[in-house]
Amino acid sequence: MRRRLHRLEPAAIAGVMSRDVTNFATFWKATTFSSVIEPTIYLLAFGLGVGTLVSNVQGLDYVQYVGTGMVATSVLFAAALSAMFGTFVKHRFQRTYDAILAAPVDTEELVTAEILWMSARAGIYGCTPLLVSMLFGLDPSPGMLVVPFIGFITALGFAGFGVLMAAVVSKIDSFNYVTTIVITPLFLVSGTFFPIEELPQWAQVVANVNPLYHCVELVRDAVFGFEPVDLAHLAVLIVFALLMWRLAIWRLEKRLID
Amino acid sequence: MRHPESVPPSPAIRLRGVVKRFGAITAVDGLDLDVPEGTCLGLLGPNGAGKSTTMRMLTAQAIPDEGTLSALGYELPKDSKQARAECGVVPQLDNLDIELTARQNLAVFARLYRVPRGERRAAIERALEVANLGGRADTPVDELSGGMRRRLLIARGLVHRPRLLLLDEPTVGLDPQVRQELWALIDALRAEGTTILMSTHYIEEAERLADTVAIMANGQIVARGRPADLVREHAGAETLEVYGPPQRLAEVREAAQAQGFRTRRTGTAVAILGSENGNGRLPEGVRRAASLEDVFVLLTGEEVA
Repeated sequence: MRRRLHRLEPAAIAGVMSRDVTNFATFWKATTFSSVIEPTIYLLAFGLGVGTLVSNVQGLDYVQYVGTGMVATSVLFAAALSAMFGTFVKHRFQRTYDAILAAPVDTEELVTAEILWMSARAGIYGCTPLLVSMLFGLDPSPGMLVVPFIGFITALGFAGFGVLMAAVVSKIDSFNYVTTIVITPLFLVSGTFFPIEELPQWAQVVANVNPLYHCVELVRDAVFGFEPVDLAHLAVLIVFALLMWRLAIWRLEKRLID
Repeated sequence: MRHPESVPPSPAIRLRGVVKRFGAITAVDGLDLDVPEGTCLGLLGPNGAGKSTTMRMLTAQAIPDEGTLSALGYELPKDSKQARAECGVVPQLDNLDIELTARQNLAVFARLYRVPRGERRAAIERALEVANLGGRADTPVDELSGGMRRRLLIARGLVHRPRLLLLDEPTVGLDPQVRQELWALIDALRAEGTTILMSTHYIEEAERLADTVAIMANGQIVARGRPADLVREHAGAETLEVYGPPQRLAEVREAAQAQGFRTRRTGTAVAILGSENGNGRLPEGVRRAASLEDVFVLLTGEEVA
């Protein structure tokens, strides 16, 4: 009669994700539109603009270099920004999380489900720069099929980071600090637009602890051929994801449970 | 689920010596409270009395600093997940998903409350019917009226047929017609044998719906009993209300208190309690039956904190 409920129940995680999926059905068009148009604009600008100055980087056509690198950018923005704003709005304005935690769902399950959902979304939408790059002449390759998974694993960490930030800040305006101090530098020093080997020594060190750099490298290698070092890139992304997951749970629980 | 008379049923909710502090503020201060199974207890108190904090502790959304709590026999917060699975919660603030339809909102919570897949559809239909929302099932919440949204919020708390329902200020901010509609809904649940803990600061709501009222002030229960008994015990049979300009009211109040009567302000008048014992010594005024509001103001104080 007394069914015992446990930690991290799949049913609870699936329930929270079913809410996300149902909500997404009401705004998927806007998301799809921006995730296709944005990389197109970037690639047009870089291809027609910078591309005339720089014809190739590391043996790649510049548009292909940026196009593959931008997968990481898309994943970063899709995961981190929707986690920051989405979590903050659901927690403070809509009080959705109060309703969910009154049901047999713990903060751990709630955060896990939210991160999984946002990462799945970011992993899939993160591929749009690749598709757009094909219009700019990138040849399809079998390794591209792995890209959504690389995007997903990268997104786990950045979605966790977004939830963590949403739990830490006291006002929504404080996200300006997060985007300026953390997100913009991360995306600039990641090897997306220029190789980090061109940077001063200290900046190269920074790039190496930047999870996004490891995503950029993995995606390029998936498209143009894997190398043994990719296992190290993958390991960094997994460690980052696990760390952010636990930190996000810890901080959001402090916010949600008095 | 009726227990045989010989076995005293364990209460659906039991709190002993519960203390909850927020920094320097003690929101709940040594609270003892029992809610017997199958009854409706109205937790009545002014804003800031500690009602919502008490409700949140019952779902482990607030963790007590001292004392013990149990709900449906489960120790809290240790076994709160199991308790929450068998409890329904209707929050004070509307936290529905406004872009989703009524049915979609219920579908999400049917899953969160672990209603088995094969029973979900029927559970959702039943909840829609209880809340009288059948005709608006596929309307986005955005487009529902305030009263419908509130009914949907109650339906959401009932989708898994809970044995215990926690209602936090169920009719706050609603107009009288909607309020009566909700009272009828809650009364029907009570008649079915669902145990209800309802917090409210509306006296009439507690009087109409609750089998037992517990009056809360400053984090403690200051009186508890059936509404009629509380009135008799604390306010007597009759109250005399004397109207007049402020200066006259002050005089009346002083004179009545000098004769040993208890008084309270009712905004525009002075109410003299226990006026059935006046024997002609009291001024002219309007006589009325003593009310739970008289008790409430006497016990929780006239000043608004």
